[in-house]
Formats: sequence, C-alpha cells, structure tokens
Amino acid sequence: MTFFDQACRIARTRREFLQDAASIAIGATAARSPFARAAALPKNRKVVVITFGGGARDQETFAPEGQENVPNMLRDLIPRATFFTQVVNRGILGHYVATASLATGAYETINNFASLPPENPTVFEYYRKDRKRPSSDTWVVAPSNGFNRIGESSHKSYGPGFGARVILPKHLLSAAMSSGHADYEHLLRDNYESPYFTPDLAGNEFELQQLESLLKLSVDDFKTNARTLSSPDELSVYIARRLMKQVAPSLLWITMHDIDIAHAGTYSLYVEGIRRTDRLCSEIWKAIENEPEYAGNTTILILPDFGRDADTDPGGNGFQHHRTGDALSRTTWLIAMGPGIREGVVHDRAVDSLDLVPTIGSMLGFSASHSPGKPITEIL
Amino acid sequence: MQPGDLKPEQFNAYPPQAKGLVTANLAVFRELPLSFLPGVLREAIDYDYKFPAERRALEQEIANLAKLSPSERSQWLQGFAKISTSSKLEHLDWVNSPAQFVEQLSAHLWTTHQLDAFRIAATDYADRLHAAVPPQVPKVPRLGIAVIGQGVDSYDKPLFRKLRPHGAYFSRVTPENGLRALLDATAARAKETTTQYSHWYIDGGNPIEHDAAITSIAYGSLEPARTAILRNMHSEIERPGMGPEMLRTLMAGWRPEDLGVKSTDPVLDRFQVRLLTEGSGTQIFSTSFTQWAAREALRRAEPATLLVRFAPRQRLKPMNELISPGGERPELDPFGSLVDADMGAYYNWLNQQRLPGADKSAFLAWFEGHNAAVVIGPSVPRGTESNAPTDMKQLLSWVL
Repeated sequence: MTFFDQACRIARTRREFLQDAASIAIGATAARSPFARAAALPKNRKVVVITFGGGARDQETFAPEGQENVPNMLRDLIPRATFFTQVVNRGILGHYVATASLATGAYETINNFASLPPENPTVFEYYRKDRKRPSSDTWVVAPSNGFNRIGESSHKSYGPGFGARVILPKHLLSAAMSSGHADYEHLLRDNYESPYFTPDLAGNEFELQQLESLLKLSVDDFKTNARTLSSPDELSVYIARRLMKQVAPSLLWITMHDIDIAHAGTYSLYVEGIRRTDRLCSEIWKAIENEPEYAGNTTILILPDFGRDADTDPGGNGFQHHRTGDALSRTTWLIAMGPGIREGVVHDRAVDSLDLVPTIGSMLGFSASHSPGKPITEIL
Repeated sequence: MQPGDLKPEQFNAYPPQAKGLVTANLAVFRELPLSFLPGVLREAIDYDYKFPAERRALEQEIANLAKLSPSERSQWLQGFAKISTSSKLEHLDWVNSPAQFVEQLSAHLWTTHQLDAFRIAATDYADRLHAAVPPQVPKVPRLGIAVIGQGVDSYDKPLFRKLRPHGAYFSRVTPENGLRALLDATAARAKETTTQYSHWYIDGGNPIEHDAAITSIAYGSLEPARTAILRNMHSEIERPGMGPEMLRTLMAGWRPEDLGVKSTDPVLDRFQVRLLTEGSGTQIFSTSFTQWAAREALRRAEPATLLVRFAPRQRLKPMNELISPGGERPELDPFGSLVDADMGAYYNWLNQQRLPGADKSAFLAWFEGHNAAVVIGPSVPRGTESNAPTDMKQLLSWVL
C-alpha cells in the first residue's frame, strides 16, 4: 500500500465516522453559490488559528475509537464547520519547524531545536505589510518556549518590523513567580523529548510589564489566576482570551502543546492532553461568539501540526513519537468555521498543510507570494 | 571519508570482538554506500555487548552482503546509493561514532526531503534480507504475558479493547495466586529450554521472588542509576550551548560504570543503561520504562517467554501544583498507570507478533488481582468472550 493509499484510507475512516456521528454532508454533493457566500462576508473579518498540538493521531481524535476524546469539538464545532479529512504535511515533523511551516506556507528546514526565525515570510508579515497593519493587529500565543521566534521571519523583504507580537504565557508566569525567592525554571521545561531542556529565549517576546499596560492585568491577578489552571495550554487560552478582550487582534495564532507529553511514553497523559485541548478549542469558539469585536466576523481554523507514528510501524513506538514519517504521522485534519463557511460539510480531497497561509491571505486580503500553497476554495 | 577509504587501524578503538568482526569483513564494507554502512557499524560496534539473537542476525547479514556478487549488491543497495549525503556528514567520524552519524543522517534526510526514499530503500533491503536469510523460529512457541493494574482496587471502564479482537476475553478469572502461576510457568519454560536470555521477567516496580534461570530487570532496582542519570542531565544542561540533540548524543555515550551499574552480566548491564539513556520518559515514569524495556527485549533478545508486570508510575503534577509550595514527594497514579499499561500490553503483543514464529505465538494479559484477562493464541477463537469461571493455570493450559 502506498503512502497516499494509506492517507486516503485514513481520510475515509474519518469521514465515515463524522457522517455517522454528526449527520453531516459530503462537500462535493452540497454546493452553494459563491456569490451568496461573498455577500454574507463581514468587512472587518478576523481570523483565529489554533494548532491542535503537539501532534495528535487520527485514532485518538476523529476515528471511531477516538470520538470519546473529542466530545466538545464533535458536539459544538463539527456541526457548524467545514471539515477536511485529509491534510497532508510533507515537511519535517518537528513541532517548531512544522508550526513555522504552517505559519509561512512553505516547508521550513530550520533546526527544530534552535532559536531561529523562519526563513520564509510568515502570515503575519504578509498581512501587516500588504494591509499596512500595526503590530498590535497580529499576535501569537505559544505555551512552548521554543516558539518565541515564530512571529517574524529572516526574509530580506519582510522580517524585522513586520512580524507578530509573541506572547509566551508560561515564560511570563515563570518571570512573575520568580519575583519572589523561589526558582520556577521547571515551568519552562516543555521539550518532552528532553524533559530537562529549557530553550534560551531571544526575540520579540512579550515582557512582564506589558501585562498591565496591554492586557490590563496585574502581576498578582495573573499569578492568582494561574494557580487555578492545570496546564500550560489552559494558561495560553486564558491569555488569548485576555488579548481578544483588550487588544482584539485581527489575526490571532494560538499554538497548543500539552499533547506532546506523549513523548514521555504515558498514553493516559497523551489522551488527557487531547481531551483538554478539545475542551479548550470549544472554549475559544465560545469566547469568539461572546466577544463583540469577534462575534459574527471571525473565522476559526483548527488543525494539528501533524500526527504521530502508527502502532503498526515497527520503526516507531506508536503514539510516543513522530519520527517515522509514515502516513498516519503526516495526515491530519482541519476544522474551518465562521461567516461564509458552510456548516456540517466534509471534504475528503487532499489538502496540503501549506495551503493554510494562502487561504488566510484570501480571507484577509493579502498575497502569500512566497508560498507554494493554494487557497482552499471550499472555505472562501 | 567514504567507505572505500576504510583501513583496519581505524577500528582500533572498537571492543575486541567487534573489531574482529569488522576487520574480517572490511572488503565488503568498502563497497557499501555511506548512507547504509554506518547503520551496520552502529550494530557492529556493540557486538561484544549484544544478545545471542542479535549477534546471529548481524553475522548473517554481513555474511549475506559478502556473498552477493558486485552486481547483486549494487541492485540490493541501489536505493541507498541514490541518497545524497553532505560533505558535513562525510567529514563526521562515522567509524567511531556511527550512532551519531545515523542520527545526523536522519536529520539530513528530513531536511532534504529524502526520508521517503530512504524508507523505501530500507524496506526493500529488509524484504530481500528476510528472503535470503530467513529468521530463526524459536524452539518453543513464544509466550508473552502482561500483568497490568497493580494498585487499582476497582475500574469500571473496559480493558483490553485493542487485544480482545485478536483472542478470547475472560471475565471470571480467579485472581488468587495468579501472579505466582505466571512466574512458575515462566520458570518451567526456562528450565525446558535453557538458552541464555530466552526467558524474561520485567517488573515496573520491585521484583518479586523468581527462578534464577529467568533474566530479570526491574525499574525499582535501577533507582540509583536513574538518580545518577537525572543528576548528570541536570548538570549537562547547565553547560553553555547544550541542546536536546547534543544531550541525547552525550547520553548515548554513558556507560554502566558511569552510572554505578555493575553486575556479573555486562551484556544485561549495558542493556539496562541503554533503556535509561535512549528511552524517552524511561527515567521518570515506570510505565514508560516497562513498555520500552519489553519492546527492546523483544526486538533485541527475541525471548521465548516474556513476563511483563506493570506497576504504578508517579503522578504528573499539574501546573497549579508546580507553582504552589508543598507536596515534594511524588504521589503515584494507579489509574493513569492502568491506562498506560493497557496500551503497553497491546504494544507488547504487537512487538511480539513482529518476531519469527508469530503464527504459533501466544499472549496473555491480566488485570492483576481482578477477574479480567485476555488470551491470544493459534487455538483461541478470536473476538470471543467467556464468563465461565476459570483460573490462571487453566488459561495458560489453553495456549501452552
């Protein structure tokens, strides 16, 4: 069986499940006039991207046996979304480099573990330069400290001055907690492949004092709230909601990372991470619906950065890693919902993960000129 | 350097038996592509510390490569020959550090989008090798045993969901003396076929009394080594410029003597240290250690019997506890460990079924101290359930 045979089989499994579970239609048989959709689009459109990370397999999410882990998305999002069953990532399957590839629309080849900017222009740079938007209009919220360079590329035509603001909530929390005497460096350890490694930070990250000025949040209140949250992704969503309320960026990118605990080899913690991320995705959509700046004019795009190795691939160790490059580790899904996007529709044609940035470009009115990806017309 | 430039003296740092193996086959090694040879050397450099099954497989593979005519060899390895390497890779000391080379080759394959081509080449080569050198079937059909759920009083969710379709599920197993019966069965098999490293008992906690003929390792017994590894990791991470890849390379070089592991069996000592230095999460979580140890024992030693008993791992502290004072001693998480072990038992079975003689192999998984078990074997009907009263000896009698 070839890679693409396997990918197609995976996609069919997802679609059969979704049709059974949520009574949704097949995209190809339920077309609607693009003129009607265009007329319905709001002028002040916003986009929120969530990477359902790091690395979740089909069988723990939308395959029949995985449905118990994603009840919130299944109940609250899927019936109102267009769902793509087959998003193929042909790049390097490391979380930073893969997320950077999603954000640039080009397969990046930077060292996954180094503090380096992407080499191709990011979606934030395209948007800000083409639409002359201020830095406050594009934000990245990333629980993993290794993602601090993702907002701005090293590309000579873009780069410094055009990137997104980056917020690393866990880094902020560590800084806030360490203002006393205790050492909270352990909070920054998020590389589950090497659990004691803490990356050095360098770049355009958000400083502690800006909590007060931008987010209207005192350090004490931040610490108090953090004490009620069980994971870095929960902290990220808390900060993202605060950003939406106080700053209301047009392009907000949230990377989740709790699921990557799978590298520790503990299946229960991996599944727990998926369930938490499922709940948080639903909470973000509810926040969008309840925020006046976002309600009715926001498109949300949710996709894993990639999958994880198949149980049956002898080169891997199942869910634990994403090292084999097999079909299951490369094939994921995409949920798209918002104004103008058809509800309860499934498409099983292959979409490339590089198509995300050109699609956002078509939504927000910029050209992703350095991306080889193609806009996903079904959601435009 | 290219393989064609190899000279015998370059292998002076190899352990004695490894050096003998490599230098005796240098002529054929010089003909192999750079994308392939370090993979063979990575195995060969550890020859002195390998299990008998691994030694035999490596010897047969090298003998087969030597037996091929130049045109046949070229055909077998054409996929590897098409992989382009880099001058950086060529300048690495791949003779003395083949594992580091393979790791960097992997990164190169990802970066240059050659990973799929490499996979195809590797699969093609493995298929040819299996056809030319059929793997050795065990003298007795293999038996795998997984004991899960230690410390869990009650659990109302279904267990063994992934294993049940492949065998029979029993819901009324008498739990009394169940573990003893499994250990006795393992010991009896060890007395029947006495080949070294053929019968294993892996415990995720502290080992219980067992027959000396059984090869045994336990997470609990390795606590001093785990403490030393974590201390070394902390210390290395403080060094400027240290990153995950460098740390992994460094850890791969740690030897039993570096970590205070010393017994009368250097092969087993090396195996245990590898579990802790190369496995991910094995230093911290007992369930990860146990599953990885079983996987590596199956892959490397190809045992005829493998009894694996999972134990509760430490609980992962949620973030809010990490930022609050108190509770220094890690608690255990029996329920999470049961879920881990349920999946681990499935992986043990999958890994066992990858070995020769899979069609005759048997597998038994049991919820320790409870009534649920699943049995898989050639004579056991698939996807069936039984609520008839039974005990461990009877379950074993159906697959042995």
